[in-house]
Amino acid sequence: MPEQDPLERIRNFQEVPYGYTEELAMKEAFRCLQCKDPKCVAGCPVNIDIPWFVRLISEGKFIEAAWKIKETNLLPSVCGRVCRQEDQCEKRCIRAKKGQAVAIGALERFAADYEREKGDLAVPEIPAWTGRKVAVVGSGPAGLTAAGDLVKKGHRVTIFEALHVPGGVLMYGIPEFRLPKRIVAAEIAYLKRMGVDFELNAVIGKLFTIDDLFGEGYEAVFVGTGAGLPIFMGIPGENLIGVYSSNEYLTRVNLMRAYQFPECDTPVLRGRKVVVVGGGNTALDASRTARRLCHVDVTVVYRRSREEMPARKEEIQHAEEEGVKFLFLTSPTRYIGDRDGRLMKAELVKMELSEPDHSGRRRPIPVAGSAFQIDADVVIIAVGNLINPLVPRTSPDIEVSSCGNIVVEPATEKTSKKGVFAGGDIVRGGATVILAMGDGRRAANNIHEYLKNRNW
Amino acid sequence: MFEIVEKVLLSHTVSLFRIKAPGIASKRQAGQFIMLRLNEFGERIPLTIVDSDTEEGTITVISQEVGKTTGMLGALEKGAGILDVVGPLGKPAHIEKFGTAVCIGGGIGVAPVYPISSALKEAGNKVISIVGARTKELLILEEKMKKISDDFFVTTDDGSYGHHGFVTQILQRLIQEETKIDIVFAIGPISMMRAVCDLTRQYGLPTIVSLNPIMVDGTGMCGACRVTVAGENMFACVDGPEFNGHDVDFEELIRRNRGYYNEEKLAMEELTYHEGPRCYER
Repeated sequence: MPEQDPLERIRNFQEVPYGYTEELAMKEAFRCLQCKDPKCVAGCPVNIDIPWFVRLISEGKFIEAAWKIKETNLLPSVCGRVCRQEDQCEKRCIRAKKGQAVAIGALERFAADYEREKGDLAVPEIPAWTGRKVAVVGSGPAGLTAAGDLVKKGHRVTIFEALHVPGGVLMYGIPEFRLPKRIVAAEIAYLKRMGVDFELNAVIGKLFTIDDLFGEGYEAVFVGTGAGLPIFMGIPGENLIGVYSSNEYLTRVNLMRAYQFPECDTPVLRGRKVVVVGGGNTALDASRTARRLCHVDVTVVYRRSREEMPARKEEIQHAEEEGVKFLFLTSPTRYIGDRDGRLMKAELVKMELSEPDHSGRRRPIPVAGSAFQIDADVVIIAVGNLINPLVPRTSPDIEVSSCGNIVVEPATEKTSKKGVFAGGDIVRGGATVILAMGDGRRAANNIHEYLKNRNW
Repeated sequence: MFEIVEKVLLSHTVSLFRIKAPGIASKRQAGQFIMLRLNEFGERIPLTIVDSDTEEGTITVISQEVGKTTGMLGALEKGAGILDVVGPLGKPAHIEKFGTAVCIGGGIGVAPVYPISSALKEAGNKVISIVGARTKELLILEEKMKKISDDFFVTTDDGSYGHHGFVTQILQRLIQEETKIDIVFAIGPISMMRAVCDLTRQYGLPTIVSLNPIMVDGTGMCGACRVTVAGENMFACVDGPEFNGHDVDFEELIRRNRGYYNEEKLAMEELTYHEGPRCYER
């Protein structure tokens, strides 16, 4: 897959891979062996019929390929870019045993982009209205998928979104250079054309409660409000000017377009020495964003080793090519500021791995006497997120776990409150786009059954 | 689009806006706020909801021109639209029958003090109001505050109206006269709230303040508005904006609010370059 040159791309927010040409796409699609028992399908969290759409691409039927994917996955241009194919479908590809797996993700992206650019984007035929209204809370991947599926079954759907643009984490969390916002906007426009209603600036839990929604005539509610509560480490100096949660940093840059300040009004501090704490995709996103904001020195500090980093290998590789530095087996202990309360230095300590913890990974413990300081004027804390507490707090009859996650019946996504379903990160904690979409799909099917026979 | 149905110039740099927002008007309680964004390039800023009219479906906010966004807002007239308004945000003020409540508002802080004092009066409290401003021209909501107060005092820093001095001096006098005070609410510049708390702490008077840190989303997902209260991190947008004044780390809040001083200056320079000097330059 041809990609932007690293030194070039740190000066812009455009995507790194250029995408396939038609010739390259067909050539890659020909590599698929069309296995009788395709292992890749089982690897996909929503079981897309991969061999079928790949075959259509090999035959030059690109738009049909996109439609095939959309039978199962509503947002292929998103998933083709952000899914961890290397751990899901591509990992199980039979060609991976003795060479390279078929580039399923890149092909999905190609088909989706082709349809968006060249196709007429016809909406599927919508059945007559069932007479039922469903409210979807949150317009991230789970909510968008649930809404799309429900409207295709003939129900009237309104999505309530707290922010001023829809998309959830697709808009505020994932950077422009990994997921261009015009693509998210196009997917949302498609849903609108299918008949989904969007109410923005509507904070459910504040403007309306879930009970209010039932009072307005909605007969079922799907909650997909995500894991947007930032975690701070609780170490000294975390409130110095220049210390950000990854949510704040990415929201300023992605959602509020701080990279265009002062044409856009929301600023972000552009330091010269940036430290990002964490090892997941969010930490990598933050570090690569920082590089693009003319930050001279960007270092990712992770408490475990490289092998244990949860981020996608492709992201780590892209980050390294772009000049992001890594300090493994290192963790911050405090931040030091000047008299005005601005961050000046980060104090770090080396870690070593000991016995496995509850997640099965070896627990990092500090090495005594190994503390050292580095200059830092921006620190981005990307050590994970907790679930958004707004809906659970205002609907106490929805059962939550000890961590605050909404509890559901896994097969049906039903919560403890009659008529209320939930899925995505609000149930799983911080997880992935494709898993959220799978939850949304499952919930939509069960909402449809519930509305038919009112059996709870 | 949210339409401005009424605009009143309260002073040179302070305007009152009544905005059509029926959903928010019907749900809002004293102490809550909105976040607004003027246009698609704009930033999100918080403003306290001063009043609401459920029949008309409107909310009232008061804004002081201190930077680019408030400056642009101040230039809008009746009929103009605001792109995004979201609310009601924050925890409602804790209102109960305390007995006697002293409500102190400094400068633009009188805007959030008014709905709280009003609610306290409705809940059966005796309300003693102390309203202060730098100068007579910057005094706002005097008549409205007088109407809902049992006792009413005004101070100006320059002595152009009312008592020449600070709100804390009136409070000190009330305390020394052994006025029965069950609770104090203080909203205004951070230095004022800190001064009130330093005074009331000595006499063990419970004091509630409303904090104004920088905010980005206002719904609890970014942590920009974090403040240290009793040694713990709290988000002003979801845990506040009201907090127990004696527990607040005001010094930290003052420092954090200066975090974007350079960027704010740049934005103002851009605005005055494009729009020409107005009352922003003071």
